[in-house]
Amino acid sequence: MSVVAVEVVYRGIFQRTLARNIVRSIVFAARKEGKIGTAFGRYGDSPERNGIPAKQFAIVADGAEELEESMAVYEAAEVDVTINVDDTMCKGIESWAWYGLQPINELTKPGGTLIVTSRQDNDALIEDMHQRDSAYNLATIASIPSFSGLWVFKDDHTDVRILGTLAKVAPQLVSLDSMLAAINDQWSSETKQASARKAYDRASLRPVEPGEGKNEERMTFTLPGWKDMEEAVVIRAIEPGGGFRGGDAGYEPVRSAVFKKFSTRSMRPVINFDTCTKCTLCWLQCPDTCFDVTPDGLYDANMESCCGCGVCEAVCPVTDCVTMVNEGEFNDHNSQWEAWTENKDEYNKWMTVLVETQKKETRTHGFHHKGQYAEEIAEMGDV
Amino acid sequence: MTTTIEQMFQTSSEELISGSEAIALACALADVDVITAYPIRPYDTVMQYVSKLKADGAFDCDFIVAESEHTQFEIVKHASSVGARTFSGSSGVGWFYAFEAITVTAGLRMPVVAMVGNRALDDPGAFGVEHNDALAVRDLGWMLYWVATAQEALDMALLAWRIAEDPEVLLPFALSCDGSFLTHSQAIVQVPAIEQVKRFLPPYDRGKLQLHPDNPITVAPQVNEDWLMEIRRQSDAAMRRSVGIIKKAYEEFKQEFGRGDPSPFIDEFMTEDAEIIIVGMGTLALPARVAVRRLREEGKKVGFLRVKFFRPFATDEIREALSKCKAVCVIDRDYSYGSPSFGGVLFSELRATMYNQENRPWMLNFIAGLGGREIRVREINEIVDTTQKAIDDGKVEQETTWIGVRE
Repeated sequence: MSVVAVEVVYRGIFQRTLARNIVRSIVFAARKEGKIGTAFGRYGDSPERNGIPAKQFAIVADGAEELEESMAVYEAAEVDVTINVDDTMCKGIESWAWYGLQPINELTKPGGTLIVTSRQDNDALIEDMHQRDSAYNLATIASIPSFSGLWVFKDDHTDVRILGTLAKVAPQLVSLDSMLAAINDQWSSETKQASARKAYDRASLRPVEPGEGKNEERMTFTLPGWKDMEEAVVIRAIEPGGGFRGGDAGYEPVRSAVFKKFSTRSMRPVINFDTCTKCTLCWLQCPDTCFDVTPDGLYDANMESCCGCGVCEAVCPVTDCVTMVNEGEFNDHNSQWEAWTENKDEYNKWMTVLVETQKKETRTHGFHHKGQYAEEIAEMGDV
Repeated sequence: MTTTIEQMFQTSSEELISGSEAIALACALADVDVITAYPIRPYDTVMQYVSKLKADGAFDCDFIVAESEHTQFEIVKHASSVGARTFSGSSGVGWFYAFEAITVTAGLRMPVVAMVGNRALDDPGAFGVEHNDALAVRDLGWMLYWVATAQEALDMALLAWRIAEDPEVLLPFALSCDGSFLTHSQAIVQVPAIEQVKRFLPPYDRGKLQLHPDNPITVAPQVNEDWLMEIRRQSDAAMRRSVGIIKKAYEEFKQEFGRGDPSPFIDEFMTEDAEIIIVGMGTLALPARVAVRRLREEGKKVGFLRVKFFRPFATDEIREALSKCKAVCVIDRDYSYGSPSFGGVLFSELRATMYNQENRPWMLNFIAGLGGREIRVREINEIVDTTQKAIDDGKVEQETTWIGVRE
């Protein structure tokens, strides 16, 4: 063996401790087998911001010299296992230190494994993920995105369930026994070991063949040379914008072609155009200028630039006119206003189902009431 | 009855003024738009003269007395970004208090001109000259010049805006002036006619880098590792280009005003056949030249080289000048604790400059005149004697020697 690398992709701050527990446990488990390792976060992601995709890495080697090549770097060049602890990031990730959208499986080696915590099934997840030329494996752990790393929430065992799964899918990394020993060292908990063992037993691999996944064009970005860059640390403003979709009426701002931000989104607004009073508040308050003004004076949330913050829902004075819905429900960035214009009945039907489900549905990334997450942790034992 | 600067200097005239007054007059002649001040000796002498010119109605500018040196330099940085010609300055630890603003001024390529009234760094408190204050910006992208006379202070101030504001350069320019000897001593200065200055110094035009509602730009974004090296390389290229711009501007200056040295970068005095060359910066030139003349009378082949531009450093000219002699004695009016050979900053730079040369002279370092202590001919003679001994012995016994320090 030589070097085995694992990355954990997580939502900044909310899942930081969870990610840290995972990468540190990997190194501790490797020590049980006489190996050596390093654990680190992607420097550009620190200090983290709420919900922004971030990464931590664990790299394990047989000896210190072998490990050196993987040290003093920002990221591993490639990883044997990618762990994604929020399934909405299967669509791709873009943190503030990166340029352009990166597929979730970008660093996963050919033949490597992607572990995702999700309530969606394998096929629904693969539909979200970028196609590749090489095969890899998907292992799903049934779970909502865990916030249990936050000190205000009770432990939900997501960390050890992932570690148990990891021992199964990457036996070259560490054995289950070593993983259990590392878990015991840290938490002295029989139940945490039991959760890890259960996850180990349950884990199964779904091979993902080349060409499976969404056929979305990869965002490309060229870094210019110093002679081509504007002098004096100056960035020229983009043009202010013009009519909706290039027409005379309405307004659509010009947006950066390369900086999209939409991958930070875990929810997106769904608009009821029939109840909109055109009060302009969503358009004014949106921090990402994501609302396009339609020719009929309505506000169409442009999914190319919405980061999913939910300010529009919060400021909208009309009940259920703007509803934040789990990003996992969507597979495209299409305009809602265009769908509504084309067939109002069909759109309203689609929208009503989403909004009503969202209301009933448990939390995705926000909470409907105080104490909701604590209630859900009890349910987690059953899944 | 108000007399404007235009009326005062319709023709060139001779004045008895200090180096600080000379720079204040240069501000008026160059029609500087924004000047900021915060009192600290010896820089405060410039602000006194500027405020007097403004109070008299002779000179119209935005003269802002800030609440600190940091703010002083933030104001001129921002003013420069919108196209204003700017001047500011400080001394000693005041200059250090402004350091964050001073650093970003260079990073953002703002052609601010500053006067550093060289002063010892506190503590202990001392008003006298030491060069460590100005030297601290040597790695930041500031051009850095050491002035020797009041005349040179006026001339170089005019050149400073001309060079700094050149679209090929756009870097800040610091004029280092020895506290007391230059800032508080009056000398005869030829002040040019304002028409000459106008011919020589075009208005500052920041072009498409100017912050203006008609030219919407973002200045100074966060860039991180994917961009920073390219931006550093741009500033490096600007500093490299400044060498040619300095030469060209200096030639034009000499044509317009009828005075100047052969080189804008260094000043050589009797170095042609010298076996020993003394090197130093600032007003040290005056006793050094006296000592050299007297030693020559005694038949000793000694010369003096004054480093004028510390940044950009005149690598080629200095190599050519120093590789002809047997030994170089560098007088540092600064000190760098724990540095190579426990020496001064100028010494380290000069020794590094000569390292790859085929003909390398012996190099000795002398720490002298700290905290404003006078350097007189007798100290220079002592330095030359020690240097001669190294030549005679064929080795350097002691690389760094403190001169005039009580044991």
